[in-house]
Amino acid sequence: MLLEFARWQFAFTTVFHFIFVPLTIGLSGLVALMQTRWVRTGDDQYRRMTRFWGKLLLVNFAIGIATGLVQEFQFGMAWSAYSRYVGDVFGAPLAMEGLAAFFLESTFLGIWIFGWDHLPKRIHLASIWLVFVGTNLSAYFILAANAWMQHPVGYRIDPDTGNAALTSIWAVLSSGNAVFAYLHTIPAAVLTAAGLLVGISVWHLGRRPGHETAFFRRSLSWGLKGMLVASLLTIVVGHVFGQYMTEKQPMKMAAAEALYTTERSAPLSLMTIAPLEKKPARPSFELKIPGLTSFLATNSFTGTVRGIDDLQAQYEREFAPYERAHGRDPAKAEYYPIVGVTYWTFRLMMGLGFWMLGVAVVGLLLMRRAPGRIERLATRAWFRRLALGTLVAGFVGHAAGWMFTEVGRQPWVVTGLLKTQDAVSKIGVSTIAISLGVFIVLYVAIGTIEFRLFAQLARKGPDGGARPPAAPGDGDLPSPEHDDHDEDHEHPRVPSLAY
Amino acid sequence: MDLPTVWFLLIAAFWAGYLVLEGFDFGVGMLLFVLAKGPGERDQMIRTFGPVWDGNEVWLIVAGASMFAAFPNWYASMFSALYLPLLILLVALILRVLAIEYRRKHEDDPVWTTRWDRVLVVCSVLAPAMVAAALADVVRGIPLDANSDFTGNLLDLLSPYALLGVVAVLALFVLHGATFLGLRTEGPLRERSRSLAVRVWPVATTLVAAFGLWSLFGRGGGASVVGAVGVVLAVAGLVAGGAALLRGHESAAFAGTVVTILGAAVLLFAQLWPNVLPSTDDPAGTLSVASAASSPYTLKVMTWVAVVMAPVVFLYQGWSYWVFRHRVSAEDFSTATSPLDALKQRRAAEDA
Repeated sequence: MLLEFARWQFAFTTVFHFIFVPLTIGLSGLVALMQTRWVRTGDDQYRRMTRFWGKLLLVNFAIGIATGLVQEFQFGMAWSAYSRYVGDVFGAPLAMEGLAAFFLESTFLGIWIFGWDHLPKRIHLASIWLVFVGTNLSAYFILAANAWMQHPVGYRIDPDTGNAALTSIWAVLSSGNAVFAYLHTIPAAVLTAAGLLVGISVWHLGRRPGHETAFFRRSLSWGLKGMLVASLLTIVVGHVFGQYMTEKQPMKMAAAEALYTTERSAPLSLMTIAPLEKKPARPSFELKIPGLTSFLATNSFTGTVRGIDDLQAQYEREFAPYERAHGRDPAKAEYYPIVGVTYWTFRLMMGLGFWMLGVAVVGLLLMRRAPGRIERLATRAWFRRLALGTLVAGFVGHAAGWMFTEVGRQPWVVTGLLKTQDAVSKIGVSTIAISLGVFIVLYVAIGTIEFRLFAQLARKGPDGGARPPAAPGDGDLPSPEHDDHDEDHEHPRVPSLAY
Repeated sequence: MDLPTVWFLLIAAFWAGYLVLEGFDFGVGMLLFVLAKGPGERDQMIRTFGPVWDGNEVWLIVAGASMFAAFPNWYASMFSALYLPLLILLVALILRVLAIEYRRKHEDDPVWTTRWDRVLVVCSVLAPAMVAAALADVVRGIPLDANSDFTGNLLDLLSPYALLGVVAVLALFVLHGATFLGLRTEGPLRERSRSLAVRVWPVATTLVAAFGLWSLFGRGGGASVVGAVGVVLAVAGLVAGGAALLRGHESAAFAGTVVTILGAAVLLFAQLWPNVLPSTDDPAGTLSVASAASSPYTLKVMTWVAVVMAPVVFLYQGWSYWVFRHRVSAEDFSTATSPLDALKQRRAAEDA
């Protein structure tokens, strides 16, 4: 029970935390771009965009920071055996993340929030860019740490302690897994943020036609363009990353495809219906595209992809000493994850990515061919729902990708070195049951609060919904109605974004 | 000096920085309903640390992550042993972040703001209490088996020594928060903070001195010279700070509480040395600076990172304090509920 509770707690708190992180990364970049445009052009619409989307960014940032604390503490609290084993290697990127990234993002976030009227424009602009740099550095270090768990490099096993010891920090920070994970995750974060722009903009365009049309039309255009670029990057890097993964973690790819036996020209299975088992014996229904898995994994339709059963047999031989050292029967060891979870999260992640690419292409074509068409469509409920669905797709896709990569690593916590079941703390079951309960109650509560606050602010629009509607279809001209006293009106008490 | 010692000192410095910086955030939080008359003054109080609290909290993250990287066994044993206090700490810090960030997100809803402010007060008491208990437990030692895994229960963590530590730290942070407010505010709040600090001073001084002496002499290994220096620093800071308070020297009073907290950190880590986590059960489980340290290579890499990054961090964090150095005045936080109301208040003030 201890292991199950600890795993559920880690999974729950991590996935929850990771709902907010991608939006923080992506949206801080987009807001920084908006503010740059404002400083460059002086166009007030960009200032209003910066402030509206910036407000949403801050609501989201706060909960990301709050839930991020848990992640760092949890390794020691619930996974002390893991911490002892890997601390020499894994601790370094974490400490670097604190020193190089967290200080940067939190200090300059404070400066950005409160600096609107204190600082020269360009220095204030630099502060949001530094926040974006901070979130990126943070992402890089934590992904490098995670990459080491996926595919350990740059270490040796200390003969005295039996623990891993770092031999090359460069190898850890520059491992293919770290680089690909970063290049895959950051565009995906921008994709999520761009999806948010699209969803909220369409919703506003349709809800009160003629109200803030220029504002949301421009936001929509930013969102669609962002989605197009980001989804293409995410997909291309994801393809290369997948091939790298097939080489370094063949079991993960085999489980993603539910491929049991090693095959040449392995087909891509589109969907499968199978019994609810960890490794279903035989699927009862399957839909396949011939050769596509081989192409994805090897760039050749006739390439060979290794299957679960063959890998299992190989690992049984290879890791028999590990099982014996931990007092277990090597014959009973399983080296594959829950196949259904890897199979479906992999498909969900890819499917949603392609869906967002499709929406971006269609949306941009519509905007270019027939301006105003999207506004008219947006008055229909189904179209608005579709747009909000695209908003959600980014978050779900991210969560699915994260679940895939972490579940796909099982039963290992550090591939080939330490199994998850050997990583947990020696603490009472009641202790971890209490904390799991506390986290569930707390996170559901703060998640609900955050969601309602976010939705309320999003619904209010750029000026808190108090402004008179602008002339319909006023194009990209800066609205003359927003002059300097607008600032005071928006924040009667404190000249800042947050308080 | 060998690298494990360097990292022991760095980690002590990160903890000290955390206690000094977030100490006044916590103190201000605890005093929220004590000092503020009305919601406008609460806004004023929170605004004093508004731009910097997040950066202050990173010191805790860096202290924890440095323990993970430089002394994995210390991190693993301490964090798993102190599971429940740290859980409470996490919950308090999470809710505190949200209270600070969300309290004014519904501009027209005073009930919403007041609710979050109550959350802020409770969390500002709970979080430093758990930090104090954890540090006191580490210095005093906890029951560990030969593999340095915790063998005790929650009662082992609630020793009289740890409880005195909690009370002393809370009193010290109240004083620290009050001297900070005296330095950072303008108007009636400034005066009220000063008189409260004068009243809290004897309580804080007594508790800190008692906790300091117990830390110094109550430990098996006896008093260390550096530990004694820490006690002297702490008491000197309080005495000088108290004198400055009476003479109305606000910056000197704040400097006094800063020195006291630094002295307390020196004392605690000096008394811990050369161990990082003493075992009160199986002596083989005791973790020392030498036995818990990471490999020389890891420590070398980390030292380079710290040498390059830490000065940069000091510079820009210091700059952020300088940018927001102006006193927060009550006028910025009028209790106006609408622009019209604000106009009325301004006219009333002009007439008066």
